[in-house]
Amino acid sequence: MKVTVNRKTVTVKAHPLTRLLDVLREECGLTGTKEGCGEGECGACTVLVDGEAVNSCLVPVAQVKGTRITTIEGLGGSHPLQRAFVEHGGAQCGICTPGMIMAATALGPRPSLDEIRTGLAGNLCRCTGYAAIYRSVQRATKR
Amino acid sequence: MPIRRAVGRNVLRKEGHEKVTGLARYIDDIRFKDVLYVRTIRSTVAAGEIADINYHFDRTGFTVIDYRDIPGRNIVALIDEDQPCLATTRVRHIAEPILLLAHSDRTRLAAAEVAITYRETTPNFDPERSTLSFKTIAIEKGQLDRGMAEADVVVDGEYRAGHQEQLYIEPNGVVAVPENGGVTLYGSLQCPYYVHRALTVLLNLPAEKVRVIQTETGGGFGGKEEYPSMIAGHAALMAMKSGRPAKLIYDRVEDMLATTKRHPAIVRHRTGVKKDGRLTAMEIDVVLDGGAYATLSAVVLSRGMIHASGPYRCDHVRARGRATMTNTPPNGAFRGFGAPQTQFAIEAHMDVIADRLGIDPLRLRERNALRPGDTTATGQKVGKDCSALQVLREAGRRTSFSKKRKTFKGSNRGIGLSLFFHGSGFTGGGEVKLASKASLALTERGVQIRVASTEIGQGTRTMHAQIVAETLGIPYDQVDVSIADTATVPDSGPTVASRTCMIVGRLLERCAEEMRGRLGRNTPAAYFKKHGGFVVTKQYEKPPGLEWDDETYRGDAYGSYGWACDVVEVEVDPITYQATPVAFTTVHEIGCAIHPMLAAGQIEGGSSQGLGYALLEEVVMRGGKMANAQLTNYIIPTTLDTPPMTTKILENPYKHGPFGAKGVGEMPIDGPAPAVVNALRHAGVVVSEIPATPEKIMKAML
Repeated sequence: MKVTVNRKTVTVKAHPLTRLLDVLREECGLTGTKEGCGEGECGACTVLVDGEAVNSCLVPVAQVKGTRITTIEGLGGSHPLQRAFVEHGGAQCGICTPGMIMAATALGPRPSLDEIRTGLAGNLCRCTGYAAIYRSVQRATKR
Repeated sequence: MPIRRAVGRNVLRKEGHEKVTGLARYIDDIRFKDVLYVRTIRSTVAAGEIADINYHFDRTGFTVIDYRDIPGRNIVALIDEDQPCLATTRVRHIAEPILLLAHSDRTRLAAAEVAITYRETTPNFDPERSTLSFKTIAIEKGQLDRGMAEADVVVDGEYRAGHQEQLYIEPNGVVAVPENGGVTLYGSLQCPYYVHRALTVLLNLPAEKVRVIQTETGGGFGGKEEYPSMIAGHAALMAMKSGRPAKLIYDRVEDMLATTKRHPAIVRHRTGVKKDGRLTAMEIDVVLDGGAYATLSAVVLSRGMIHASGPYRCDHVRARGRATMTNTPPNGAFRGFGAPQTQFAIEAHMDVIADRLGIDPLRLRERNALRPGDTTATGQKVGKDCSALQVLREAGRRTSFSKKRKTFKGSNRGIGLSLFFHGSGFTGGGEVKLASKASLALTERGVQIRVASTEIGQGTRTMHAQIVAETLGIPYDQVDVSIADTATVPDSGPTVASRTCMIVGRLLERCAEEMRGRLGRNTPAAYFKKHGGFVVTKQYEKPPGLEWDDETYRGDAYGSYGWACDVVEVEVDPITYQATPVAFTTVHEIGCAIHPMLAAGQIEGGSSQGLGYALLEEVVMRGGKMANAQLTNYIIPTTLDTPPMTTKILENPYKHGPFGAKGVGEMPIDGPAPAVVNALRHAGVVVSEIPATPEKIMKAML
């Protein structure tokens, strides 16, 4: 089965019911995507499938056949959100950060505070109390 | 004041780039060759004897371990020596580890069936009926009877707080690798030297045969203070027996079922007051539910007791407390460490007193708040850096507190406040016993910090590097920070107790002062070129005049205290009975904010955890087992549960902290719960138990 991961075509050998999260981490070696709960509550495993943010722990790999997947590694290293999360304290322990940033990329241009709060409601952060995450997203999307 | 180039500036976090790009390597991200996966077989009963164990699987390729495989002592070495690493014949709680299985194939490992039968005994889940106390503490100041006799009014109250799960987003996990006749342990942990000691005792190995390396850690909050010693023991036993790397990473459910939580508490107050609000006597009784083994309960109780009378002046105090055993998984360290429970109680009680006397809660606190020169319940004279009044007045002014108390009256909106403090560093003589060390090495590139303090999100590396850069007068970028590896860094003590900045940061400041002297006019690079590198190591020295008696619980409980005041506005939905915090303001006095943005991050994050503690986070125990051990129904605050926060930092320097800094990590979690409960009370909902879930609010309103 073929999928496009971070603009590269990848042939997946795993069982079709394998979680997308495991395929990314183990078969593709992309460990930037994290597992926090394994039941779609924390959002640490958020990736983009055809531009839409999904919890990769809830998606069997068979469902993403032929799609374009973007993980945190696919953003390069100087995406405005990545820079803003460093500059404005949006990342503390960092374990929710890749998923949080991926969810933030799906917010669309210039989101309002309400849109940010709603759009990131599926991503848990235990460190920041979210305030610094809002500041990071707002700064990044203003650029 | 001289212009500072590093301290007080929001420099970039040392490992920030790695964290936002996915390059940071957490334990589950690191590949080990030829690895075995480990599974823990746990007790399914809360109390009893193990009668029989039967293995219903083909054992080919498996390594199986029970207590008889332990080469050293079968304990998780910490304070008491009561907790086995693997149960022998008795179990005291559900989820107690009994056996370890390992296999290279995770599917086969998960499918292996083990049947254990037990001769069950009657468990006790009530901490007040327990016959075993892990620790009792009594604090006496003045003469209680005299203080009560002076009172115009005596106010009683009882307050209860439930468990709270730390809920770091990265679960507990370690990998043990057999090396050179010993073991190297990699893991998500706060205290490398705690794990190091536990492994030498468990494996009967000399210190040099055990090496502990912290990997990037996805949150701790105390949950990775002592528990890693248990899970590391399990992985290390497996690595030693199998001769292969052993990987043990909990999934969320196992982590919530088996690991430590915040101690539930029952706190009773009986307080004598004059009509004008002056406190004349405080009698306090504290019971903490320790769970099945002692873990850190004795020190959790200690911090809880010292903070139990709040930041108030009162001449006559009697506080008694005990931490008792129940047949539930052991409770342990969690940010705040006993102080959130007892300060919830005193701060909720203060509003009961204010109501009884008909005094504004802010005025009542103003009347009683500690001033410089006053003494705490242990007889500690607070210094010039005591800021209780300052934070209270600042928070009151910023929120128009007293005005809103009047305007909200009769509506479904309430406003409440809490005044609180938090001691920095280990309690009493703890820092003297720890005798922590820190090193600073001159290298080709600049300097390298060598400490066992761990980065767990709070910004340890960054903040330490700022202190060193400022003291040496070199750019922040020229300061490297070694990973926390027991083979290369000295024992700087655990990364706990709001001590990493104030205590370890001060050690580094002293290292840098000495290095500065040796460098003369040279830059580090120029000196290195001429003379080569060198290392400066400093050890903790007790500040002069700091005295503590552990027998009588009298004296200077902490080197210094941070001071804070929270104000929260809450709206109660009369149909769903849900309380929603809609505005949150906090004023924190922390001596010096080495990195203002990181410090604000601690305050905002800790406050959010405190709001979860107040309203959402309910551990449901049924028959000694957590019934909601998953994120679907153990609810921590999401973006939508967290109100906009206004954070104000004040700086009132402590003379023995680096650049005046005190601790900040724990304090923010002490305040939100009582502020919320007081706001509910203002809205007409009297709740004295947290979390104040809709069920409890409904009961209070009907």
